[in-house]
Amino acid sequence: MTVYLFYFLSFLAILCGLMVILEKNPIHSVLYLVITFFAIAGHYILLNAQFLAAVHIIVYAGAIMVLFLFVIMLLNLNKETEPHKSIAWKFAAVISAGILLIVLIGAMRTTNALPAPPHSAIADIGLVKNLGKVLFKQFLLPFEIASILFLAAMVGAVMLGKRDIK
Amino acid sequence: MNTIQNIHINHYILLSTVLFCIGVLGVLFRRNAIIIFMSVELMLNAVNLLLVAFSSYWGDAAGQVFVFFVMVVAAAEVAVGLAILIMIYRNTGSTDIDVLNKLKN
Repeated sequence: MTVYLFYFLSFLAILCGLMVILEKNPIHSVLYLVITFFAIAGHYILLNAQFLAAVHIIVYAGAIMVLFLFVIMLLNLNKETEPHKSIAWKFAAVISAGILLIVLIGAMRTTNALPAPPHSAIADIGLVKNLGKVLFKQFLLPFEIASILFLAAMVGAVMLGKRDIK
Repeated sequence: MNTIQNIHINHYILLSTVLFCIGVLGVLFRRNAIIIFMSVELMLNAVNLLLVAFSSYWGDAAGQVFVFFVMVVAAAEVAVGLAILIMIYRNTGSTDIDVLNKLKN
């Protein structure tokens, strides 16, 4: 059952990821990206990362995508204002991305198989209690630095958004 | 429900690779700066998925904490990036990245 769910979510994520790129209207791209994020959140739940799945939906599908949609509507972008690239440039882009995919898959195939994972006590690893312990014991300094990063980003966004800085 | 025991880790690596390459393709393929930002988000999510898969595989919570930090950095990047984008739109009247072919002016 979970295997079929995995394949369904993977198919959905890849299909909607491709539609994000191929769709001409930027608003449709945002909506397809939301579907991709929900598929990835489904993968997180399958992988026993329940807290990350919730955070992913709140942060990405909730906050970041609303920001994108807001900016697209603020700038009034639609199909007519979409800039066009030449066919040769698109062809080159597809070739280079395809070559990157082939190289990465080739590198993956020639590596040695991973050893069998240690299957002890991995069921509740993604719960808030467990992650909070690791976050606040092992990674306390990066957590505090992240708060400074957020403050800097907030101040920077406000400064950039001001119409004329004196 | 323990999927990592039913599905081989290679499947997750393959899925993340494909999603990452779709993101790379989006950055190269489109000229609209907003779509390029969204493609970068797609790449970050591909890496996040791989981190969670390996974290679940090894039974180590550090990978999921890293995903948390990647989300934090991505959120800050999007906030500043979209503010820069609005500034560019005010000055040039479009979100076409090929307009920005010089750093001066």
